Amino acid sequence: MKFGVIVFPGSNCDRDAAMVTRDLLHQPTRMVWHEDSDLSDLDVIIVPGGFSYGDYLRCGAIARFSPAMQSVVQHAEQGKLVIGICNGFQVLTEAGLLPGALVRNRDLHFVCDRVQLRVERTDLPWTQDYQAGQVITLPIAHGEGCYYADPETLAELEAHNQVLFRYCDATGKISSPSNPNGSVNNIAGICNRRGNVVGMMPHPERAADPMLGATDGLTLFQGLLPALVAAS
Amino acid sequence: MSDLSTTGLSTTGSSTTGSSTTDRSTDRSADLSTDAVLAHAPFAIEEIAAEGIKPEEYAEIVRRLGRHPNRAELGMFGVMWSEHCCYKNSRPLLKQFPTTGERILVGPGENAGVVDMGDGLQLAFKIESHNHPSAVEPFQGAATGVGGILRDIFTMGARPIAILNSLRFGSLEEARSRRLVQGVVAGISHYGNSVGVPTVGGEVYFDPAYGGNPLVNAMAIGLMETSEIVKSGAVGIGNPVLYVGSTTGRDGMGGASFASAELSDESMDDRPAVQVGDPFLEKSLIEACLEAFKTGAVAAAQDMGAAGITCSTSEMAAKGGVGIELDLDQIPVRESGMVPYEYLLSESQERMLFVAHPGREQELIEIFERWGLQAVVAGRVIETPIVRILFQGEVAAEIPATALADNTPIYNRELMAQPPEYAQQAWQWQPTDLPDCTPEGIRLDPPYTWNQVLLRLLDSPTIASKRWVYRQYDHQVQNNTVLFPGGADAAVIRLRPQEMPQPTQAQLDRSIANHLGVAATVDCNARYVYLHPYEGAKMAVAEAARNLSCVGAEPLAVTDNLNFGSPEKPIGYWQLAEACRGLAEACREFATPVTGGNVSLYNETLDAAGNPQAIYPTPVVGMVGRVPDIRRVCGQGWQAAGDVVYLLGLPAVPGVASPSLTLGGSEYLAILHQTVAGMPPIVDFALEKQVQAACRTGIQQGWVRSAHDCAEGGLAVALAEACISGGWGAQIQLDSGYSGADNSTAIDRWDAVLFAEGGARILVSVAEQHCHAWETCLETALPQGWQRLGQVSTAEAGLTIGWGSRWLIQVDLTTMTETWSSAIERRLAG
Repeated sequence: MKFGVIVFPGSNCDRDAAMVTRDLLHQPTRMVWHEDSDLSDLDVIIVPGGFSYGDYLRCGAIARFSPAMQSVVQHAEQGKLVIGICNGFQVLTEAGLLPGALVRNRDLHFVCDRVQLRVERTDLPWTQDYQAGQVITLPIAHGEGCYYADPETLAELEAHNQVLFRYCDATGKISSPSNPNGSVNNIAGICNRRGNVVGMMPHPERAADPMLGATDGLTLFQGLLPALVAAS
Repeated sequence: MSDLSTTGLSTTGSSTTGSSTTDRSTDRSADLSTDAVLAHAPFAIEEIAAEGIKPEEYAEIVRRLGRHPNRAELGMFGVMWSEHCCYKNSRPLLKQFPTTGERILVGPGENAGVVDMGDGLQLAFKIESHNHPSAVEPFQGAATGVGGILRDIFTMGARPIAILNSLRFGSLEEARSRRLVQGVVAGISHYGNSVGVPTVGGEVYFDPAYGGNPLVNAMAIGLMETSEIVKSGAVGIGNPVLYVGSTTGRDGMGGASFASAELSDESMDDRPAVQVGDPFLEKSLIEACLEAFKTGAVAAAQDMGAAGITCSTSEMAAKGGVGIELDLDQIPVRESGMVPYEYLLSESQERMLFVAHPGREQELIEIFERWGLQAVVAGRVIETPIVRILFQGEVAAEIPATALADNTPIYNRELMAQPPEYAQQAWQWQPTDLPDCTPEGIRLDPPYTWNQVLLRLLDSPTIASKRWVYRQYDHQVQNNTVLFPGGADAAVIRLRPQEMPQPTQAQLDRSIANHLGVAATVDCNARYVYLHPYEGAKMAVAEAARNLSCVGAEPLAVTDNLNFGSPEKPIGYWQLAEACRGLAEACREFATPVTGGNVSLYNETLDAAGNPQAIYPTPVVGMVGRVPDIRRVCGQGWQAAGDVVYLLGLPAVPGVASPSLTLGGSEYLAILHQTVAGMPPIVDFALEKQVQAACRTGIQQGWVRSAHDCAEGGLAVALAEACISGGWGAQIQLDSGYSGADNSTAIDRWDAVLFAEGGARILVSVAEQHCHAWETCLETALPQGWQRLGQVSTAEAGLTIGWGSRWLIQVDLTTMTETWSSAIERRLAG
């Protein structure tokens, strides 16, 4: 039961993620340099936020070719757990592990804020410690966080219950004003069909430390612990 | 240039470094007049002027070298003798700043100041301007401003943990100002977000005085990650000199000279003088540099900012009392056909110069290559204290290092005997010059109720919410942000080492259990400084300290950014000299030494008719404070209905008129009466210190639940902001605690009661059960300086401010919030 955090040149939330798994949850955590391809010792891979390779060309477009990401794809294919946060979500869509794409925010500005999310599904290790329909608050910080998928893909996502988090208002209502970036169907986070790969624009690792007051994101990481115990 | 007749040009001694000044060959050419030297110069007088060098300075260069410089050398002198690099106008004034103290580990002279935060944690911090580049190309200008100040921090061995900005723009009614705001904010957002350092706070002012010349000051804070502070003086004869980071191109040519001249319509053609930044490279450079420093293989380091290779080589050599020989053929380039002049003056970003310990070059090169960066041995440390530049096997330039970096020109200018006419005239203004007012409102045309006046002030972009700005900055990355922008009077960041070699679980636990924090703020009410540079500068320091106290932090040290007009004009110099005197005195009073900073002069625009328009003199004070326990900090918004509201500082009840509390220079006067006049509030140091200490005590004891200082807009605006920020109302009775008869008929200036500024005031709220303890504390700590004003109420009740049985103000929360929240966005939508 070991976490791995991928470090690309330009990653900037790698230490924040490790701080949660290693320092707050006391789980063994290894930083994985983008040129490393041996991930066999790891149970959960975190693809962190930041600007991998400067996000030149297109967010996440270069990162998918790194040796580490090739191994992350294999890791996912084995049914093991992978989460991409923010830039990590973008990388996972570029790598084909998750459907759809992240494009420029609706108002074209970078947005850093705390937003409400509705937890849509709680039968996965990622979300099992939340209540179904629970409204949580997580930080966001992105310029290209507008989730887009073509109508067929979107229909499939919805049909298979692959949406984990949606932007909502304080009462859990899904509305346009509560959508900070113009994402289709207010989508903030999704998983693959199998449920082992998750991508989300909000930052659970930034709402995990009781010292800073907000802990809605810690629940996500805590939810993985029993799953890890079972797996080991 | 004729100003020089009234000033003395001299050179500084180099006693601080102990290096010899072998360049003084004065006997040979001392008798040569400037005209005679120029007559034999191999350059046209225009070419010399184009490098920013004055005729007298050229003559001095010839005296120093004992010969005429070549083209490359002339360029090197041009940038190194610019105000931006050598402070030739401000250095005599900067000397008066207090620079030492118990917690000061590194003062002025290095890349950044360093203070001791306790628990083995050391903090590096510094502020820098990028005004001229931002005026010409706002996006890149602001972005590279952030990049430059970050390099100053990590060059010392500190990991950057926070950025703040102090911005000034013209009126948002002007299309050009709107474009500048959008560009500057996008540039800061682009660079800061990408490089992974949170932008946690700052200030933004709007005033027509900055219409042609915006101010972009960026402050960065870092936590030392190496065991030793990395210094910049070159050491060890024969040691290899490494060039690391990005490649060198023709971008940013001569930016330092460009930054040291007035802006004109032609400045727009100087766009090549603006650098282009790459935050991705900078992020990799941070990681690679910190990794490199930890190996112990780096003997000295200096970032390449203004004047690039010229500045870094000459400063490292001069500080070390040695020389550096650098071979331009080794420098990695991004374009071909460059000549020495271009190499030497390039301001390509994300580059550094290292002096390595012998034999350890390869180790360092490997680290940089792993991060995809350049790293080459490009020279060596030599014994002769000169900067020798080689190009294609020949010496392209050879200059005594101290002539460039240390023993540079100084202008000792004369202070005007009398304050200038504009100030004397402004001081004549009296409140009696205003139209009459009543408890209902003021007889303007059309008449305004006090409700309308309050809303009008909340709609002033300088007072209004800056959410549109800070929402574009990642203010949470690194997971240490305790108070978010907009919610408190200062930013608060937890101090937590992020990288430890082979950490044990005990170390990790201790790291996250650490309660120590740093608070930071940038402040300057430049209208006050314009009206009275000495008092205004004192107030900038007092306000910074007050803002830190409002979050519960003990003020520690200052970094200042002096943004002024031309010092060659008597008024410009008077403003600079008087402001420096005020800063020095206030920094002494608050025991917050100045650890460094930046001087940006010539902030003037020449309009099409050639008339110079100077900005308001703007000495921005960046201050850091120590937060002993981040669980005991305060925001500015009310926390709960029923809490009791107190006013610390000069009370609202009428008493003896105090020069510390006035409408002079106020936002009310500027916005409602379109008047910039009067004597600004005079700082009462004793009262300020008492109020601030009481506020800190209240926060640390856990009594005070919110604290907000009264700044622009005075008491009424501060009350409104506390309501908006917390989402609560408040019922305020200004005459509460006033034992005299209802003398409201005797009050003729209700506007002063509501909107006067100054008075060392802080608004706090305290839960009912702590009021007794709090008041007992105040009785001894602040006997004359507090007043119980009223209570926090529900949102529905809104804000009511009464006197006796009259209501001066009754506004509902939604109206206030919407006005205040939309003011900037609405104007930008233009």
